[in-house]
Amino acid sequence: MIFRINNLRSKFIVVCLLPLLWLCVDIAFDNLGSNPVQALHIRLGDWSLRFLCLTLAITPIQTITKWRGMADYRQLFGLYAFFYASLHLLGYLLADHALMWRIIGIDIIESPYIWFGVLAYGIIFLLALTSPKWAKKRMGKTWKKLHRLIYIAAVAAIIHYFWQLKGNLAEPLFYSIIVFLLLGFRVLVWVKNRQLTKMMIPTGQRVLALAEKQGVIQEAPRKQR
Amino acid sequence: MLIKTKANILSSQITDRAVFESRREFIKAATALSAGLMLPSPGQAATGKYADAPVGPYSAKLQVTDREDVANYTNYYEFSTNKTDSTVLAKALKTAPWTVEVTGEVEKPGVYNLEDILKDNPVQERIYRFRCVEAWSMVVPWIGFPLGDMLKRFKPTSKAKFVEFTTLNNPEIMVGQRSGVLDWPYVEGLRIDEAMHPLTMMVTGMYGDELPNQNGAPLRLIVPWKYGFKSIKAIVKIRFMETMPETAWHKSAPGEYGFYANVNPEVPHPRWSQSRERVLGGSIFTPKRETEKFNGYGEEVAALYSGMDLKQYF
Ligand code: HEM
Repeated sequence: MIFRINNLRSKFIVVCLLPLLWLCVDIAFDNLGSNPVQALHIRLGDWSLRFLCLTLAITPIQTITKWRGMADYRQLFGLYAFFYASLHLLGYLLADHALMWRIIGIDIIESPYIWFGVLAYGIIFLLALTSPKWAKKRMGKTWKKLHRLIYIAAVAAIIHYFWQLKGNLAEPLFYSIIVFLLLGFRVLVWVKNRQLTKMMIPTGQRVLALAEKQGVIQEAPRKQR
Repeated sequence: MLIKTKANILSSQITDRAVFESRREFIKAATALSAGLMLPSPGQAATGKYADAPVGPYSAKLQVTDREDVANYTNYYEFSTNKTDSTVLAKALKTAPWTVEVTGEVEKPGVYNLEDILKDNPVQERIYRFRCVEAWSMVVPWIGFPLGDMLKRFKPTSKAKFVEFTTLNNPEIMVGQRSGVLDWPYVEGLRIDEAMHPLTMMVTGMYGDELPNQNGAPLRLIVPWKYGFKSIKAIVKIRFMETMPETAWHKSAPGEYGFYANVNPEVPHPRWSQSRERVLGGSIFTPKRETEKFNGYGEEVAALYSGMDLKQYF
């Protein structure tokens, strides 16, 4: 299984670049409609959010299918979420404001919907920075804690989406539901694990105590994971 | 470049409009001639229904947006919240025959045929800037007539302090009205002095031809110094009122969309900046343009709001 998935991985790297290629073709052929800068933001923002959702979906898929070795995909999709978010940000700085920093400052201060974009990007940036395996090893438990912030990034991205719109809320609603379901899955697993440990520990201890009494073992072995 | 006409000259005071217009026509023709092979006047279909509408006052010499960009990027929630889908969906609307009900504080109420209204109000072309509250803008050669000229014919009484406009309500055709994005029908309003201002237009066409359905056919309002949502489409009812009408967007989000809705870069929308705007029809290499107070019509209309705190009355 692992071998096959790894083989697929290099193909995924290329496939994930197709949305960018498609965008470049549309730019070249002037296919972005009446408001091309907005279309550019929409394309790149949407793809960043989609990759973010894919990243979040990996663990639930692993849990349900019991496939192993998908962590590489989680990293891959996460990095693509970062990649498209970076292009999205670049589009904002260049296409909207031609790098006029004073104007960018005013625009961000006056636009609360962009604050949430900045928050989401800040988190995704940190996660991308700490995504290499050696960083994960060195950071130990902190890594897991830090990378849980991805949920905050997803929620911030969705608020960023909702707040720029006037009345057409169907699409951000769609992403909200997806993120809600994925987060809900984690909560469920967490609750279930807690219940299991609550139920399991006493039973386990009883068995061990019994075994000790009967002289099957000398000492209760250390609880193993 | 905006060719400014003094604000204190009302269109009704321009004694000989015909002379003025023929002069404009002459200038237009002369420019075309001297330019030789130059493209025809912006998007003006030589064959369009209003191809030879005279150029009216306040028309600005601005670079006009491509007709296709204007016709395929509309906020028409009666059909769809998608700006291009409404182009197709609005085709289902039948715009003739069309009547407009006139009620309220007025001496000559009644149901008027649009044809009759058009007979009384000869059309002209005016190139205006249009600025949407969503921070995009365009420049459109509208075909229409001053709203004030039309309203005066209904003889508003002294109690008429406001004018309320209502869009057609027909969920069978206007499929967007089946969902509750807004409280249908769409309602907009103006203070009577805003409505009577010579810049304010009733519009029946654009680019020398009839108004496409998605752009508000057969009759829409254009108030060039206000955000686009004030310029209500497919009008079926006009009511003169003593009190300020409740408008659709204000009802939906009172903190975000005010009754006045004057274009103002100094007053941000609660969720986004209004200081700049994306110009339709550019490329991804066209940065935003600075938004002008009153959309560049301050000289003509700022006096209407003297003494008012525009942050409070946004
Ligand atoms: C510094 C960070 C960011 C800035 C300055 C920014 C800016 C923008 C701008 C200007 C728009 C276009 C709004 C319009 O229609 O006028 C937009 C749309 C959008 N952005 Fe961002 N953004 C940022 C970060 C992000 C991130 C991290 C994500 C996703 C993970 C994201 C997702 C989106 C989405 C989904 C849209 C709307 C697309 C649609 O309408 O379908 N943005 N953003």
